Amino acid sequence: MSIERAHADHVHEHPTWKQYKWVALVLTVITAVEVWVYYTPFKDSPLFRPTLLAMSAVKFAIVVMYYMHLKYDHAIFRKLFVGPLIIAGCTLVAFLFLFGKVWIG
Amino acid sequence: MTTASAGAHEAHEHTHYTTTGLDNKKIAIWAFIGSECMLFGSLISTYLVYKGKSVVGPFPHDAWTSPAGQLFKPILNIPVTSASTFVLLMSSLFMVLALAAVENKGKPGYEGWQGSSKVWLAATALAGAVFLGFQAYEFTSFVHEGLTIRTNLFGTSFFTLTGFHGTHVAVGVLWLLSLLFIDIKRGLGPRDTINVDICALYWHFVDVVWIAIFTLVYLIK
Repeated sequence: MSIERAHADHVHEHPTWKQYKWVALVLTVITAVEVWVYYTPFKDSPLFRPTLLAMSAVKFAIVVMYYMHLKYDHAIFRKLFVGPLIIAGCTLVAFLFLFGKVWIG
Repeated sequence: MTTASAGAHEAHEHTHYTTTGLDNKKIAIWAFIGSECMLFGSLISTYLVYKGKSVVGPFPHDAWTSPAGQLFKPILNIPVTSASTFVLLMSSLFMVLALAAVENKGKPGYEGWQGSSKVWLAATALAGAVFLGFQAYEFTSFVHEGLTIRTNLFGTSFFTLTGFHGTHVAVGVLWLLSLLFIDIKRGLGPRDTINVDICALYWHFVDVVWIAIFTLVYLIK
């Protein structure tokens, strides 16, 4: 890829102020739901952990995509972030299996 | 050439491109953030592996009575931590508004205090400082309630994980204050976009790490 082409790829539209404020609102609502769920009987449900993990993952993805502009930026940045993130995730899961925190079957 | 593309052109004239055509500072910060993912991944792994293995209290979510008969309440204070989480999330909004203000300085729609990078940089630094204040309050109250880094496995892994994160927030606040100082001294404009952008990326990363910590440490029993 030529440098000019790469520059062209790099000059992109970031979200507008309005979008940033919507993103902040969504993040606040998800956080409020997380905390609210913590104080409900749903806390004792087997679905509590997966639900919280899913909400946390959504918040993580929203911040990375919109605030860190990874959705709009060059693919190299995505690789530099997602690669180590996968390694970190695999390390975490491996440790949980190794120390008997996760059971199969 | 339009005003927008002229601004982008001006910003690009002051960046240092690699053979990829991308700014080397931005590649470096993303590589650094990648390495930080692995650092915090290992710290969170350690916390989770040791979770529930403490022989003595205080415990994060359960009450505990010591052999001497002293009662310890569950130590985590969810309302206080929820407030600090909200503050950190808002700081990320302030940071993107600061970046937009620097990137679009002088353009229509970026006049007044709403388009002032100084206002948003100061707001971000202030929110970071408030978060650190919450953390200092939390750590102090834990110590008063009998939990130190040496008390049990929970104390060791908790203070190490949240302490590392707090240190990152403190570094971010200093970085933001240095940008604010430069902004006051000579003004930040489109040519400084990349310098504010890398600070913003670091700051948002600190935020996403807290998103993970808040769920895994505070909310999930």
